[in-house]
Amino acid sequence: MTDAAQPNRLPAGGAIQGLIDRDRLLAFTFDGKVYAGHAGDTLASALIAAGVKLIGRSFKYHRPRGIFSAGPEEPNALVELRTGARREPNTRATTIELYDGLEAASQNRWPSLAFDILAVNQIASPLFVGGFYYKTFMWPASFWEKVYEPLIRRAAGLGRASEYPDPDRYEKAYAFCDVLVIGSGPAGLAAALAAGRSGARVILCEDDARLGGRLLGERQTIDDAPAHLFAAAASDELGSLPDVCVMSRTQVFGAYDDGVYGALERVADHMTAPAAGVPRQRLWRIAAKRCVNAMGATERPIVFGGNDRPGVMLASAVRTYLNRFGVLPGRKPVVFTTNDDGWKTVADLAAAGAQVEAVVDPRASVDETLTKAAAAAGARVLLGGRIVDVAGDARGVTSAVVSAGGKRQVFAADLVAVSGGWNPQVALTTHRGGKPRWSEALSTFVPGDLPDGMAVTGAANGDFGLAESLRGGSAAGAAAAAACGFSATPAPQPRAEDEPAAVVPLWHVDGGRYKAFVDLQNDVTAGDIALAHAEGFRSIEHLKRYTTLGMATDQGKTSNLNGHAMMAALTGQAMSDVGTTLSRPPHQPVAIGAFAGHHRGRHFRPTRHVPGHAWAIENGAVMVEAGPWLRPQYFPRPGEKDWLASVVREVRTVRSSVGVCDVSTLGRIDIRGRDAATFLDRVYINTFSTLPVGKARYGVMLREDGFVMDDGTTSRFGDDHYVMSTTTANAAKVMQHLEFCHQALWPELDVAMVSVTEQWSQYAVAGPKARELLAQLYGSDVDLSNDALPYMGCREISLRGITTRLFRISFSGELAYELAAPARHGAAVLEDLMALCDTFGGCPYGTEAQSVMRIEKGHVAGNELNGQTVARDLGLGRMMSTKKDYIGRVMADRPALVAPDRPTLVGIRPVEKGRRLTAGAHILPGGAAAVAASDQGYVTSVAYSPALEGWIGLALVVNGPTRHGERVRAYDAVRNNDQDVTICAPVFVDPEGVRLRG
Amino acid sequence: MFLGSGGSIFPPLRFYAAMRYSIFSLARNALTGHRHWTEQWRKASPRDAYDVVVVGAGGHGLATAYYLAKNHGISNVALLEKGWLGGGNVGRNTTIIRSNYLLPGNEAFYEQSLRLWEGLEQDFNYNAMVSQRGVLNLYHSDGQRDAYARRGNAMRLHGADAELLDRNAVKAMAPFLNFDDARFPIQGGLLQRRGGTARHDAVAWGFARGASDRGVDIIENCEVVDLAIEDGRVVGLKTTRGDIKAKKVGLAVAGATSQLGAMAGLRLPIESHVLQAFVSEGLKPLVPGVITFGAGHFYISQSDKGGLVFGGDIDGYNSYARRGNLPVVEDVCESGMALMPQVGRVRLLRSWGGLMDMSMDGSPIIDRTPVGNLYLNCGWCYGGFKATPASGWCFAHLIATGQSHPNAAAYRLDRFASGAVIDEKGAGAQPNLH
Amino acid sequence: MRIPCPFCGVRDITEFTYLGDASLSQRPDPASPDAAKRFHEYVHLRDNPAGLHDELWYHGGGCRSWLTVTRNTRTHAIEDAKLTRASKSRAATP
Repeated sequence: MTDAAQPNRLPAGGAIQGLIDRDRLLAFTFDGKVYAGHAGDTLASALIAAGVKLIGRSFKYHRPRGIFSAGPEEPNALVELRTGARREPNTRATTIELYDGLEAASQNRWPSLAFDILAVNQIASPLFVGGFYYKTFMWPASFWEKVYEPLIRRAAGLGRASEYPDPDRYEKAYAFCDVLVIGSGPAGLAAALAAGRSGARVILCEDDARLGGRLLGERQTIDDAPAHLFAAAASDELGSLPDVCVMSRTQVFGAYDDGVYGALERVADHMTAPAAGVPRQRLWRIAAKRCVNAMGATERPIVFGGNDRPGVMLASAVRTYLNRFGVLPGRKPVVFTTNDDGWKTVADLAAAGAQVEAVVDPRASVDETLTKAAAAAGARVLLGGRIVDVAGDARGVTSAVVSAGGKRQVFAADLVAVSGGWNPQVALTTHRGGKPRWSEALSTFVPGDLPDGMAVTGAANGDFGLAESLRGGSAAGAAAAAACGFSATPAPQPRAEDEPAAVVPLWHVDGGRYKAFVDLQNDVTAGDIALAHAEGFRSIEHLKRYTTLGMATDQGKTSNLNGHAMMAALTGQAMSDVGTTLSRPPHQPVAIGAFAGHHRGRHFRPTRHVPGHAWAIENGAVMVEAGPWLRPQYFPRPGEKDWLASVVREVRTVRSSVGVCDVSTLGRIDIRGRDAATFLDRVYINTFSTLPVGKARYGVMLREDGFVMDDGTTSRFGDDHYVMSTTTANAAKVMQHLEFCHQALWPELDVAMVSVTEQWSQYAVAGPKARELLAQLYGSDVDLSNDALPYMGCREISLRGITTRLFRISFSGELAYELAAPARHGAAVLEDLMALCDTFGGCPYGTEAQSVMRIEKGHVAGNELNGQTVARDLGLGRMMSTKKDYIGRVMADRPALVAPDRPTLVGIRPVEKGRRLTAGAHILPGGAAAVAASDQGYVTSVAYSPALEGWIGLALVVNGPTRHGERVRAYDAVRNNDQDVTICAPVFVDPEGVRLRG
Repeated sequence: MFLGSGGSIFPPLRFYAAMRYSIFSLARNALTGHRHWTEQWRKASPRDAYDVVVVGAGGHGLATAYYLAKNHGISNVALLEKGWLGGGNVGRNTTIIRSNYLLPGNEAFYEQSLRLWEGLEQDFNYNAMVSQRGVLNLYHSDGQRDAYARRGNAMRLHGADAELLDRNAVKAMAPFLNFDDARFPIQGGLLQRRGGTARHDAVAWGFARGASDRGVDIIENCEVVDLAIEDGRVVGLKTTRGDIKAKKVGLAVAGATSQLGAMAGLRLPIESHVLQAFVSEGLKPLVPGVITFGAGHFYISQSDKGGLVFGGDIDGYNSYARRGNLPVVEDVCESGMALMPQVGRVRLLRSWGGLMDMSMDGSPIIDRTPVGNLYLNCGWCYGGFKATPASGWCFAHLIATGQSHPNAAAYRLDRFASGAVIDEKGAGAQPNLH
Repeated sequence: MRIPCPFCGVRDITEFTYLGDASLSQRPDPASPDAAKRFHEYVHLRDNPAGLHDELWYHGGGCRSWLTVTRNTRTHAIEDAKLTRASKSRAATP
């Protein structure tokens, strides 16, 4: 019956045959060799079936390692799953669902798993004790980066990340429910049934593909039938309840504030690649009114010599491989258990046909039903015994040395099943700060303070019996539903038994020849714990950090408690005083891609488009990011050799004819109310209550600490109606600030505001021919003369039935307007404008040309409004009203902010004609040495000025306004552009403002 | 134990010969089964009185105690810690060291710190794995480039190293970054080659060992419950392990600054916030140095053990809970994927949360207080780790001499009233934006 | 974290922006003789308790209300959330 390809697969029709689908054969490879398994297998069970024992190499000593567990706690059997762009390092073979064509490879070995050069580390292991690196590698200092560290880095690490972008998609979703049940073992199923039957909205999350938890791995009965049938029936019933959502392959990894749980759904990890349109994984944020935590428990190993060899396995894992997967992990097993539960392994192994050599229990006496059953199975019973050493090699365990009754006996063995008892999965109860409580009876930590809304039931609560799990789960589910206003209908409890579960603590068996491992993955040995103790690293946090105990990918799920208890034994402390290290999300590692979701590549952040976006693209604009927006940077034309040529042409066109620039990204806030004027007076440094209707004014607002927050023009359209513009960058911040000022400071003011940035598109029309162009656009019956719409005037004007707003404002220094049209008409208006613009020989211009012209005019922008400047620094001090209070007024008068030697805005020009200026250069006195003491300011903005045919810049310089004409040093060491510049006034073109009033 | 006259207190002779660490001592101990290693620092119990009591055995407190003894010969010092030594932010950070600061008040200080890092391991005879593999700050716009040029030039003026790289130079250095389909394409970076990382816990232990060997009493599990203040001067402390007299008291308690300050009647410009940080499962080498993303708040390096160590913004609300929430985790990973899309299948293994003493301008305070003999070291926001050596050096200088160290002269408590703030980000008095 | 907005109901923290200590809604009198000192204290010296904290949050992703939230900074448990302007106007009416 035995299949040659699967020598350890139990035959169909035997006493134990597992829950796999024997009709579906799946081919897979491990390290390039082809194997076969069945649907329902994990990679680990399929490898066991195939007789593969050596799966990986340990982190530090590169010791040969096999499969240790049957679940997510696996420390040893980590593989690289898949290849190429989908390669997933450090994937636990014990949780990988087998699929046809699966490819896995061992990791952290070279050149091969069987022959790993770095296994020589084992020879040098007397040197490589815990924390050895802190004591050496210090000489000579330069050798660390050059010699020691590269060697360490290459040897360390585990698997290799893919070098290609992850090709799969990830999704994020929210879910809401009354009761979240975590885990679908007996307690979780009972809880979900009780809550679901009451009509509550229930979400049941199960990490495994299949519901049932331990019911799938044990030979237990419920209602006189195999327990896995109960799980299947429960699964069916839950599926039929309309308000119950069963999420399998979904691990809840974190408990967050206010009942939010993080969960990861593995949508397509059980297949070669996700189907088209399907994400690989989905990150859920589940907001639950109540949570029933039924996450179960993890079996704890015992530390003894050679306990890391392939073939040493958790006893419950042995049973899972037998009962769920129908594979036999060893034919000559020895069982080493400190508790009644471990004895079940003997009977299961015997039923599967193994010859159990011995069962070893440190207790002097146990319940005689256990010993009788073991004897019936043909096993030697060694009470008061311990396994001291396990011998073996890369091919696995060969024998176990047992100390019992004062003598040592050697048993030939190929499998050592170990149970030191069970640790409830307390992690989720601690994520919000709860501390677990030590239970002397169970020799482990059980949940202590629970997060609001969470109940813990079943093995997770230390209730290990089957009947009590079913009972407790049912009660917890009903109570959770009741707390949400649903009354549970009483239902008969399923019949089940509580098996004996007595346990004694045994953490470590001393006296073996071989290294005894506490943390298998990080190679932390019993000796390391003793060393940490000797060197004073006795607090469990120090122990962890010094030895790396519990810091591997399994986060100490099978090692922490043993390590902490061993330290407690050395210090003589009680475990209740020792406590346990803090547990933080995620409970199990979660792919970074899942947390990112679709926010990657071009979709890292939303992209905002203005109504004229398509027009800009069609007309060849080079686009640039402006915060969340994309804006045209410049519009290259054929024959222009670089961006500068295009920008110079755009500026010249504007200054000689006309240009159009899309300024729709500026923030716009509509402000209305009887007290709108008063409100603006309080938020701006200058006065807006005196602004006549139909006029616009430039305004500056400060933060309360006196520094400049933002600037822009605000226009008055009625006695109680203003429209404020803000910079693109600060639009949201200003809106929030204004709402704060109104709601939190002056709620008595009758004013209301709303952001209308997205409701309007806006175009600057600038240049000597701007008025003519607009006159043609609006038609002859609209008067745009200087009298009708003077500089800083604004009006609503109908354009073919559309209400537009026309502002006579100028950033460029030219005769200029800004035309605002409702966003839905924005594209059409732009096309009309551009068609007319062409007829005037004009052109569209982008942010670069806009920037050149504002620098030529000495207008400040983002580079100067950097949150570090006050109004006086920018030459705007005279705008600060002395007749009223406003946000920031008091603090702006702090001594350091009115000091005369503050860096203040000036213009600069290169001494060497034609030399390029660079922003970010520091200003030093002429001829001064490049030292910190010479630092007198820096260049904020630069541009090539077509008007001046040379580079110009704005700078903030100590005592700036008194130094016009002075030659200073512009120090730009990082761009090799150290040069002399001359300080000048910051307005380079038309300082009298004749053109803009034209 | 008052043995001398004039109020000077001599500690009892209780120094023991510290074992010097080297490959030779390691080999010698290997031959004897590592049975002869001794405690790396003494487990001291509090005595009645000290010349100086420093509160907080985090990185800064440990460094302060070390330099008090080493630089100023003041070894009758107690260092009090309410929990376990090094359990604060020195044990929960992303281990980055650098001196790429912008403003004059900061740059000299952080450059001093980087220079101290460069000789630290030989100085305290402990391998803290100071690794100068470089810190690269990416820029994604012309404005950001110019701001980094300004910063780089400021660094050069202070004698620090800084290079402004263009896109091609960044690509040559870090070809694994996303240059192909980025929302905010990488245009270049500011590189400080001398920047890098250090093994954070080892820094705490190295300072502890060095301080303890010089006679400092490091007293763990000793929480300060009140300060004894007479005539406007601090004269001692009440602790959970008894009263202690002190001629001078220095506070280096990070997130607990407001609570300790309140014991002295001080209201301080500090908010306590939670910062999360993250580490991935161990991987073979992938990221050579430290890289920061310029289009989101994200920084990443890879530890010698192979884990990617990364972080981003603080959660943004006052907190003493040492834990955060999911939105920041997602935000950080979004930046990570935007920058390095090949880490999609790498798993986030562990997160942690530290308590940050966020100041009102994002810069620290090392100063006297209005209370006599009470000194304050706080406001490190989430940049305190790299400052550890210079912070200890300058705080020890202040406590020992009564004068600010020249490199920390700008870190005055009164700068908020005077307006001489040191606001690198220009975010104003909004701690969660620094 | 989920904040119970009086207008919108319980909403995820991502819809909100944090400002800080609720004392920021008590702007000092700019005309007082010690205005400089009072403004310094108002802007820079805030409550930073380990425990219950009254603080200002902005529901920018919802109704745009400023809320005064009472939250425990040790546990993050939210005890109360009310409209800042409502509490202001109550304070204004004796």
